[in-house]
Amino acid sequence: MLLIQLTILALVAISGTIVVLARDVASQPTVVSLFGLILALMFLVFQAPDVSLSQIVVGAVGLPLMILLTLAKLRRDAQILERKAQKEKSE
Amino acid sequence: MSRSWRLALFILGASGIAILFFLALRTVPSSNGLGDRYAQQINSRTFPERNITDAVTAVNFDYRGFDTVGEEFILFVSVLGSLLLLRMAEERKEKLLIDAAEPWRDVGPSDATRLWILSMIAPKVVFGMYIITHGQLTPGGGFQGGIVLASAALILYLGENFAVFRNVLSRALIEALEAAGAGGFLLIGMLSWFWGRPFLTDILPLGKAHELTSGGTIALISMATGLEVSAGFILLLYAFLQENLLPSGEK
Repeated sequence: MLLIQLTILALVAISGTIVVLARDVASQPTVVSLFGLILALMFLVFQAPDVSLSQIVVGAVGLPLMILLTLAKLRRDAQILERKAQKEKSE
Repeated sequence: MSRSWRLALFILGASGIAILFFLALRTVPSSNGLGDRYAQQINSRTFPERNITDAVTAVNFDYRGFDTVGEEFILFVSVLGSLLLLRMAEERKEKLLIDAAEPWRDVGPSDATRLWILSMIAPKVVFGMYIITHGQLTPGGGFQGGIVLASAALILYLGENFAVFRNVLSRALIEALEAAGAGGFLLIGMLSWFWGRPFLTDILPLGKAHELTSGGTIALISMATGLEVSAGFILLLYAFLQENLLPSGEK
């Protein structure tokens, strides 16, 4: 196996572990995005440019965006609930 | 379950997966040689049989085209399912809705960011169409190019806002394009029935190699897939962005 292949496999292992260990919700999409980009590089190194092209957009852009939008919605729902609870308290 | 039990269970499962993974890895054909017989067959046949230079596209849209029909409809059904789950509640339709991100939008994006993002849209569209139409010549094809096209819609939202996104991209049109892409794939596949040949047989003239018209139905299927994938992802974006809309006044 070539040195570059071993390097990229090690990078995938490291960044994959970081994704699992990332506990801060706000930083998770960023970490996933970076992981997706490294995966795309791995596909390229292993001579699969076709897969790499779709991985760049799906893994590095699409998936983090969906996570981000879901987080935004959850946060807003929580805010609305909080405000309702405060209103009931004051009444 | 206590922490030590969970850890023990995890180590057991992880080591099992690790052992199986490394056993499986030993039988995977080497990636830098031409050891795999299937790969050799495909590489030696694609050019003489189909007149196209990208073997991956030949596998996707011709030799194993029937599998791709399945994949295509996995995407179609998942988009449909997401749209169904994220459909707008009736009472929300009545109200004037604003983007929940708008309050934060007062500070950005800056003009420099907007200019940069908006000037990227046209090149992205061209690049997406290039990838779709050159699927039979270079790496790429319907899936890859379709996603690039959809990301042009995404950066339109990032550079502007949901109101502009909604005005530029008519939802009804994109839904129609999505259906046309998915149906087009099937129709092109059924074309060969007129010649009494099996589903998805490449019956069109193969054209001249190294040109856009090479590959017969492969290029057409690539375009139909591109349409379906890009429209599908834009519809997903629509559904998710719509979820972030708030009735105006409520913050």
